[in-house]
Amino acid sequence: MNAKTDILSLPEEELVHPGSRACSGCGLSIVYRIGLKALGRDSILVVPPSCLTVLQGLYPIASTKLPSLNVTFASTAAAATGVLAALKALNREHTTVAAWAGDGGTADIGIQALSGACERGENFIFICYDNEAYMNTGVQRSGTTPQGVLTTTTPFSGKLQVSKDVPAIIAAHGVNYIATASASYPLDLFDKIVKAKDIQGVKYIHVHTPCPSGWGFEPQYAVKVGRLAVESGLYDLYEIEYSEWRLTGPSKRLLKKKRLPVEEYFKTQNRFKGLSKSRISEIQKQVDEKWKGYGDRSK
Amino acid sequence: MHAIESGNFAAATGVKLARVQVIAAYPITPQTPLTEKLSEYVESGELDSQYIPVESEHSALSVCIAAASTGARAFTATSSNGLLYMSEQVHWAAGARLPIVMCVVNRGIGAPWTVWNDQQDSMSQRDNGWIQLYANDHQQIIDTVIKAFHLAQDVSIPVMVCYDGYLLSHTYMPFEIPSQEKVDSFLPAFSSHYHLDPDNPANLNSVTLPDLRVNVHGDMAPAYMEIRNALHKDLRGSIGVLEEIDEKYKTIFGRGGCPITEEYLCEDASFIAVSIGSLSYHLRDVVDTLRGEGIKVGVLSLHLYRPFPDKAIIKALKRCERIVVFEKALSYGYGGMLYGDIKSALYDCDERPLVQSFILGIGGREIKTRDLYEVLKEACRTSKPKTGESIWIGLKL
Amino acid sequence: MAKKIGQIVTSHGEPGPGDGGRTGSWRVLRPVIDLDRCVPVKKNKMACFICWMYCPDGVITRTIPPEIDYEYCKGCGICAEECPSRAINMIEESRFITEDE
Repeated sequence: MNAKTDILSLPEEELVHPGSRACSGCGLSIVYRIGLKALGRDSILVVPPSCLTVLQGLYPIASTKLPSLNVTFASTAAAATGVLAALKALNREHTTVAAWAGDGGTADIGIQALSGACERGENFIFICYDNEAYMNTGVQRSGTTPQGVLTTTTPFSGKLQVSKDVPAIIAAHGVNYIATASASYPLDLFDKIVKAKDIQGVKYIHVHTPCPSGWGFEPQYAVKVGRLAVESGLYDLYEIEYSEWRLTGPSKRLLKKKRLPVEEYFKTQNRFKGLSKSRISEIQKQVDEKWKGYGDRSK
Repeated sequence: MHAIESGNFAAATGVKLARVQVIAAYPITPQTPLTEKLSEYVESGELDSQYIPVESEHSALSVCIAAASTGARAFTATSSNGLLYMSEQVHWAAGARLPIVMCVVNRGIGAPWTVWNDQQDSMSQRDNGWIQLYANDHQQIIDTVIKAFHLAQDVSIPVMVCYDGYLLSHTYMPFEIPSQEKVDSFLPAFSSHYHLDPDNPANLNSVTLPDLRVNVHGDMAPAYMEIRNALHKDLRGSIGVLEEIDEKYKTIFGRGGCPITEEYLCEDASFIAVSIGSLSYHLRDVVDTLRGEGIKVGVLSLHLYRPFPDKAIIKALKRCERIVVFEKALSYGYGGMLYGDIKSALYDCDERPLVQSFILGIGGREIKTRDLYEVLKEACRTSKPKTGESIWIGLKL
Repeated sequence: MAKKIGQIVTSHGEPGPGDGGRTGSWRVLRPVIDLDRCVPVKKNKMACFICWMYCPDGVITRTIPPEIDYEYCKGCGICAEECPSRAINMIEESRFITEDE
């Protein structure tokens, strides 16, 4: 699926006010701004503690023009369930319910409620903006932090474990739509959210979200860094729609193109300083294997 | 309609009559039959409600918080460790001023594991800003549940309706089930101060600063401390609202009149036993026997524990000589919680009865009428009343 | 029903700009569009607008010419980095500060 929407057909209306407390060059700001255009005005958002809480604003000012419910960290998917249940009871089911959680609120503390909601087939969109650490509290490691990354809780040796494959965990629940997206490819993200609105059950969208402050690069490279992750084949854009898997957009094009070496991506960010040459070539081999598998799968 | 049913059945039927719109609950002994009965009501179509079989108690109250924020009447129920698992949500619901009703079927807390009754679960949660009501029998369970929904939405404060696990939840008693028509005439449709609405967007319960800040209209908005102070003030005010709601209930159903305290033989009593829950009625048997022996003793049952009805307590107790508090819970490291609250209420009074405190029934330890009789008689008669500490009755080693 | 409870006070935020204040004050570098290189301006038709799409704070308008709201632009530089015509230059903010500010 190539992005059908182009820049000129993206809705012009901004659903976020400027002047938020998000960092300069924040990848989430791009994801959120474009994501809200896809969700539209008739939406209710659910937000656990995360960078988005800060972006949405401190009481009494809200940067978002949509109704939004702040909830406790572990409860995002349960709260989205509750909003839906009320909308159903009140005959207002036309309203889209979208949960926006960071990687912590999705894959770590939030995973129990999310798993329960998937199993129950709740009808909301769950967007995980993955900046690969607990950024809001100052860059501590999370379940999706890649192996080898330096964080404040893995300060010298880098994270020992590999990251959780959250889309695979969600896919194991048998939900109808799972997708990965990236802040650097807003049109692909936009189309996936629009598609998700018309599908029943939990729709899970995992968005790779570059973070200048936490990853250690200059703000102006936020989009470039995300692009390198995709163009090197490290981070892939795909969707699983009614169990059918397919690569999308730039990742699909990568089947027929030469991939950039993963080192090109790692060297842009201070957080990968601890990665040894041997580890990088290990990762390169894993990525090569993965793409060989994609090649077979896509035939 | 007359019924002979369990306490859990009474609670579930009260929820049904209140036309709850969203139910989310996780099974836990001894609440489970309540949850099961509600799913029967929903699946059979008797109750038109969403029923969410959540994967934990924390999620159960999360669903209710979100549903109430979106404009629906919401209910959950739990016990013991389940209540504690949802503890951060319990605080949240109060601070968010949500009119949720929750039944707590009282059960002791681990460690070690116990499934039997005491009141540590709800009593140890008394500081979180919820209204806490306790029922003594099955009729009071169903009546209090219905009243709780009215109270919760009148004051925008969540209400806990508590009743003893097994002793009330699983025993069978006769009681009157109100008709749906009468409940509809008593309980208005759900309404709240705000509900999430794309036509009227707001960001609820975001980070709130320690100090005041100008809002989008240019006015000074309250900060965290003001918001929390408002909860406290409105909790105090809810005592009066509860009395009015009870009056209204009595007019329609012919039952009620003692929403805060329920007195038995207290008017001329020199000694008053105080307790919460089914123990209050158990004590009445003991009081009858002691009265037969010429001891002027009565029982005061407290239905409203939070907000603490200090004025009503003072009024009921200050004239007697001795107060004997029986509790199935305590503040570890000090003593009975109700005991402490009563003493503190009486502290500034000119007339201050002696207050004695007994802890019993912990983890479901059987409360024998014989033991109650001997302890209460001794407490009334002794020239050396044990004050200043909580004494455990029924320990065997 | 006697009014024992006043207005319900909760943390209820309403939509509005500038929660973080005048975030334009964060800038060290200011993006300035060179209208001679900007594609929609040169062609005088709706085209490109990559800067509008990628701006994290939504302070660029999708108009001919695109306009930047300097009240809130944080100076991240993504627009300049991504512009395919290299039509946006990041200029030292200090050059724009006048005496009486």
